[in-house]
Amino acid sequence: MTSRSLIRNFCIIAHIDHGKSTLADRLLESAGAISQREMRDQVLDSMDLERERGITIKAQAVRLDYKASDGSTYVLNLIDTPGHVDFSYEVSRSLAACEGAILLVDANQGVQAQTVANAYLAVEAGLEIIPVVNKIDLPSAEPERAAEELSRILGGDPDDTIFISAKTGEGTDELSERIVKVVPPPGGDENLPLSALIFDSYYDLYRGVVCYLRVMEGALSVGERVMFMAAGEKRDTAEIGVLTPASVPVHTLGAGEVGYLITGAKEIDQVRVGDTVTSALRPTSRALQGYNNPRPMVFAGIFPTDGDDNPRLREALEKLRLNDASLQIAAEFSQALGFGFRCGFLGLLHMEIVRERLEREYDLDLVTTAPSVAYRVTLPEGKPTEVRSPADFPAAGRDMLVEEPWIKALILVPPEFLGAVMEILTSRRAELGPINYLGVERVEMPCRLPLAEVVFDFYDQLKSKTRGYASLDYEPDGYQSSDLVKVDILLNGSPVDAFSAVVHRQKAYGYGREIVIRLKKLIPRQLFDVPIQAAIGSRVISRETIRAKRKDVLAKCYGGDVTRKKKLLARQKEGKRRMKMVGSVEVPSEAFVAALQVKD
Amino acid sequence: MTLSGQPPFSPDDPDLADQAGGWRSAYVHIPFCEQVCPYCDFAVAAGEDHLTARYARALIAEIRSAPKWGPLHAVNFGGGTPSRMPVPLLKRILATLVRRFGLHQGAEVSLEANPEDWTSGKAREVTSAGFNRVSLGAQSFDPLVLSYLGRRHTPRQIFRSVAAARGAGFSSINLDLMMGSPPETASSWSATVQRALECEPDHLSTYALSVETGTVLWKEVRAGAPAPDPDRQADYWEEVDHACREAGLVRYEVSNAARPGHPCRYNLSVWGQGRYLGFGNGAHSFRENRRWENVRDLRRYLETIESSRSPGRRHQTIAGWAAETERLWLGIRRRAGVRAGKVGMVLWKSDRGRRLRAAGVISLHEGRLRVERPLLTDAVSRAILALPPAEER
Repeated sequence: MTSRSLIRNFCIIAHIDHGKSTLADRLLESAGAISQREMRDQVLDSMDLERERGITIKAQAVRLDYKASDGSTYVLNLIDTPGHVDFSYEVSRSLAACEGAILLVDANQGVQAQTVANAYLAVEAGLEIIPVVNKIDLPSAEPERAAEELSRILGGDPDDTIFISAKTGEGTDELSERIVKVVPPPGGDENLPLSALIFDSYYDLYRGVVCYLRVMEGALSVGERVMFMAAGEKRDTAEIGVLTPASVPVHTLGAGEVGYLITGAKEIDQVRVGDTVTSALRPTSRALQGYNNPRPMVFAGIFPTDGDDNPRLREALEKLRLNDASLQIAAEFSQALGFGFRCGFLGLLHMEIVRERLEREYDLDLVTTAPSVAYRVTLPEGKPTEVRSPADFPAAGRDMLVEEPWIKALILVPPEFLGAVMEILTSRRAELGPINYLGVERVEMPCRLPLAEVVFDFYDQLKSKTRGYASLDYEPDGYQSSDLVKVDILLNGSPVDAFSAVVHRQKAYGYGREIVIRLKKLIPRQLFDVPIQAAIGSRVISRETIRAKRKDVLAKCYGGDVTRKKKLLARQKEGKRRMKMVGSVEVPSEAFVAALQVKD
Repeated sequence: MTLSGQPPFSPDDPDLADQAGGWRSAYVHIPFCEQVCPYCDFAVAAGEDHLTARYARALIAEIRSAPKWGPLHAVNFGGGTPSRMPVPLLKRILATLVRRFGLHQGAEVSLEANPEDWTSGKAREVTSAGFNRVSLGAQSFDPLVLSYLGRRHTPRQIFRSVAAARGAGFSSINLDLMMGSPPETASSWSATVQRALECEPDHLSTYALSVETGTVLWKEVRAGAPAPDPDRQADYWEEVDHACREAGLVRYEVSNAARPGHPCRYNLSVWGQGRYLGFGNGAHSFRENRRWENVRDLRRYLETIESSRSPGRRHQTIAGWAAETERLWLGIRRRAGVRAGKVGMVLWKSDRGRRLRAAGVISLHEGRLRVERPLLTDAVSRAILALPPAEER
């Protein structure tokens, strides 16, 4: 156990690519936590995908020993936070385990929407905040401007800002000193009954569930019988320890300390993040304030291109779920795509990451349908039901109440793009709030809009119309009734469920038209004319026809060519393997993806 | 006039089509060209005319070393440009073939020629060497189209070359046309068809220009140049099909029409899954259930023959289900169709077969499977090749 006065628990809040992981590496290095030989870039991002995309998905904690200029050696616990909008609930988890936060901003890009949102979360959580401007080594850096923006958000003095280059190491010593100086040591009383907050967990193939916790009061010792208060389960502590970043078992974790706990629990659901761990013999009377379970916001169908892969897809999804309680899965059947799963995600990035992991780590070939949200539908005779797939949406013409989820969003953008962003927002049914200037370079635009308007290509549009300068943060903001209809797409007269979508009535024509035109380009000509229609109920709102194929024959067939022609025909036949029959129409699997693909 | 004195078969006669499967043919490849046409992907060589004599010696050696066989029903000299080869050499090669295998009574002995080097003198020499059919690479009567195709002759030279062939006494004259190249307009194509028929050919081949991988045309198209439009080619095909019928030519295969008594026997034999031996670089053979091909590169072919090695490569045995599917997809190119047999009936009853029937693409009459919409022949071929082999069902 370390004396509490020598402990500093802090996190780093930063936007994607603003250099958080590099800074973490530098701090680890300066603390001698890892040798040069062990040093891989960005130690904290352990998943390949995280490393590759430069983002942090799972929060982790690392302990480092720092010999400060006052001669004492301090224990610095760096608790990682994820940097993307989808994972803001994980950020608040990390914040609860800290007394301080480094607010890290790229000297080139300045403050981003999520930085603001997360900074406010940290302020609300009562954390001491250290403003830091990174990447001052870049030729295009404007550290003073970034510092100015930071001080506007935090209401402090720009001179308090520390300027660093995590890449070269410049300024990082000053930062460590500042951490020791301004971040308060943790409170708590060792003599009180144990209460520890689980802020993250993951599943280890050999050791079962490993949870990260912060001891708030009392002490946790190995061999002690503990109780998970919300779950009501009692377990023995098999191992406790700290991460340096390698796991180092310890005997006791005292109040204010951060470490890991292994109890032999085999299922991630048995150890819930946000739960309070206490002593089974001498329990605390008061559980710590936990977290709400993250609710999936975005839903999409995931289907194997080859129907035979369905069992493999199920297995892969279940494995992913072991480490990702926020991923929801439910079996689904589509006439066009066969058996697959309707999955619920925290957001679009979460969806993309899951999809990529399935394809990469499990070698699956997948078709993903357009993302949608969960609608709440109330029929006159019934209770509200949640509809997560357009296929389950009641047919048009019925008397019903339809509600859709809304979000509260914050967009940060340079003033010259105000008009462009305004245009995107108004075309997406947004309610605009008062605009606020954060200095001359950046405007804060608060707004509310239906989540459904965001899940489909909003982020890409926002980025492309502002040349990448806009940033976005959002949080759920309740349900609101809306005039929504289901648009069906019919191929040769029969509806193709994969293309059905629930859209606002005013946008039904636009959506129908777009899909019909895309399909016309994507579906090869058949032996007969194929009408493609978009319809609301029985009313056709758009129509195109794929003209019958007229010529499909190789020009010559000489003696010499027989083998070659056969190869050519066989190759074309191979190409047909990825066709899905929709009624009597052959549709390439790619068409399902491409038709639903987002475009600029 | 017929080749054999028998009553003229209609070119699309089913009995003739079936008989052709029992014929023996020989193909002799002459790779030499003045220039390689941008769309051509055959085994050709430009600027190598100094090798003609050496090549002829190699051919003769290859023919002499071929196992004994029965008399040939058809001989075809293709290329390349066979008419670039000095006629005495052609004569010696043909004589070697005849000595080695013999000629069946009424055999077709054909040669491909380019209009620009086909003079009356040469035509007479070629007939006296023993050839009785000539296939002239007319391609188009529109100078713009000819230049796009990289051809060096004029429309006038086509007329002259036909007259030269007639004067020399060829018993069958074919014109090759290439349709649907990007610069070709509907009116240009109409004029080409009209002029071609004015020549009163015994046989007319109309091939849709296709972009073959690796050719100059392919590279241009990949870089953004216009590609042939299949819909326009379909229009053109319908026009020439109609014009041929009016002129008394019977279309007996997707791209070929002939007067009664004048179908190309060599081609009939190939489509009927008949046997053939190919000589020369890149030539293909099919004999005793085996298909193989010769070394494609001209110099490597010469060196192989000169060191007394066999030029044959990639031997493949075609038997059982594979042979049956092949008989079908080759045979359905013909207007006469093909005996359905077991595989044909499997197709007819399959899901794909049902869809093809519903779209009016195939028909079944007295055990013969026929393609009723010839421009969709490959859809049928693919359906045949996609059938699971008998043992898997």
